[in-house]
Amino acid sequence: MREIVIISGKGGTGKTSLTGAFAHLAGNKIICDLDVDAPDLHLLLQPKRERLEEFYSGNEADIDREKCDGCGLCASLCQFDAIKQNGDGFMVDPVRCEGCKVCVAFCPNEAIGFPEKHCGQWYISATRFGPLVHAQLFPGAENSGRLVMVLKQQARELAETRGAGLVLCDGAPGIGCPVISSLSGTHLAVAVTEPTPSGRHDLERVSDLCRHFQTALAVIINKHDLNPAEAARIEAFCRESGYPVIAQLPHDPLVTQAMVQGLVVTELPETDFSRELHQAWHKIEEMAGLKP
Amino acid sequence: MIVAVASGKGGTGKTTVAASLATVWDGPVCAVDLDVEEPNLHLFLQPNLTGRETAYMTVPQVDEAKCTYCGACSELCQFKAISVINRLVLTFPEMCHGCGGCMAICPEKAITAGQRELGEISWGQAAGAGFLAGTLRIGEAMSPPLMRQVKARLNQQLAADGGDAIIDAPPGVSCPAVNAVLDSDAVLLVTEPTPFGVYDFKLAWEAFTPLNKPMGAVINRAGVGNDAIYRFCREQKLPILAEIPYDRAIAEAYARGRVIADVSAGLKQTFISLRDQVRDLASPGRAQEAVHA
Repeated sequence: MREIVIISGKGGTGKTSLTGAFAHLAGNKIICDLDVDAPDLHLLLQPKRERLEEFYSGNEADIDREKCDGCGLCASLCQFDAIKQNGDGFMVDPVRCEGCKVCVAFCPNEAIGFPEKHCGQWYISATRFGPLVHAQLFPGAENSGRLVMVLKQQARELAETRGAGLVLCDGAPGIGCPVISSLSGTHLAVAVTEPTPSGRHDLERVSDLCRHFQTALAVIINKHDLNPAEAARIEAFCRESGYPVIAQLPHDPLVTQAMVQGLVVTELPETDFSRELHQAWHKIEEMAGLKP
Repeated sequence: MIVAVASGKGGTGKTTVAASLATVWDGPVCAVDLDVEEPNLHLFLQPNLTGRETAYMTVPQVDEAKCTYCGACSELCQFKAISVINRLVLTFPEMCHGCGGCMAICPEKAITAGQRELGEISWGQAAGAGFLAGTLRIGEAMSPPLMRQVKARLNQQLAADGGDAIIDAPPGVSCPAVNAVLDSDAVLLVTEPTPFGVYDFKLAWEAFTPLNKPMGAVINRAGVGNDAIYRFCREQKLPILAEIPYDRAIAEAYARGRVIADVSAGLKQTFISLRDQVRDLASPGRAQEAVHA
């Protein structure tokens, strides 16, 4: 079983639109949306939910006003400024609480509870391109990295039981915890970039991250005609660093048109954009070892 | 006054808006890049950097000569950053959140402060504005600790020199994004009128609403997609403070690293008007005073 994750560094370069198209083009696979924080793939795939699970992760301090005698030890120990004076007692600011339990452990009156945190939900759904494993972290919640690991585990098990040879994942922007979790155990990362100063800068950082975790990387330059000189600089960077550029896609309003209809680009009548995408997918299959 | 520019969906134009606002700001202002995973503000503002320092956080370091392997530290640690197995104590500094619990609870005082590198903080000047940015070390998973240090430096600077700040926040709606807008006086939510843009905009609005800060929307690439974002803003009584039209010339200027407010007189006016509305949004008394005057 092979695992591919589509990443970008910079947001808005076209990760999800391309993942949707690859989900259309790929054979027997499990699709997985690892951008648990702001997931969008379901807007293209219109999933029918078959399983829903609650995601609990970490805990949160909660001060019992009855038991609190206002000594303030908790506030002096908290490294996250999460404990505030509240009348003659104290209260926890849930937005700042990291769930470290230090206040709970040291409170002389055992006045601080430590309930589990309900951070989101995850789902297994049916789509026209195959099963989708996805989630929604509650807005403002934490532990996206752990939820990414849960989804990957579910997707792998599902691939096993359904005999699918591929898990195709849409990743998150950035280089932090959800992206690091999404790279773990992945055979190939495909970075989608654009020829802008931000696109190039963020590609460099996300490619350093892949190198750091020894994940193979291929690059797609989207909207290449917006700035051909910058696209050439990205190509040169990839050549020097040994990352194959597997496609250069034009800036095409088709992508937004497909999105508005809830379709993927390759379901619309063929254009240069979709022809190039087909070729890119064949190269990805080769690089990920999906073809004998 | 601190204005945070946030978005939900990435690539909708946060950095474009933050850079343009800093360019048209009247009065002293500092442009702050809190998208520490992928900081881009410097690419557009081209600051002259006058200082930089490496940022660290405190992680446990165990003196095994003093350790009795009682296990109190690993029992307390919620992040699996310290573990005692028989007569062996292991630390996993990359898992540590820096709560200091292990050091406080150790009965033998065997745990002292070690360091983990988080990244870099840099500062300088950019065409009349101050500049401050955090850059996360490649491989570092947690951005909030570095963001907190950048914000601490900003607060020192604002307390000493006064002035306003414009924060370029990271995308998404989880802990890094919330952290970036937490200490602001107003939040600008930048989006595009596409299905992805609208969906993530709603998530961002849900994430930031409990913070009780004045919010306004900026619609970038107006004209693409559909009108769902306008309906949502109307229903939620969220003011739309600016619209930047979809125009290939703007996209190309951005692709060359231009600050959009400098591209045309019309766009400059859009951002001047946005600036004035943001000021009113952040200090509600101001608009009323103006009306009474």
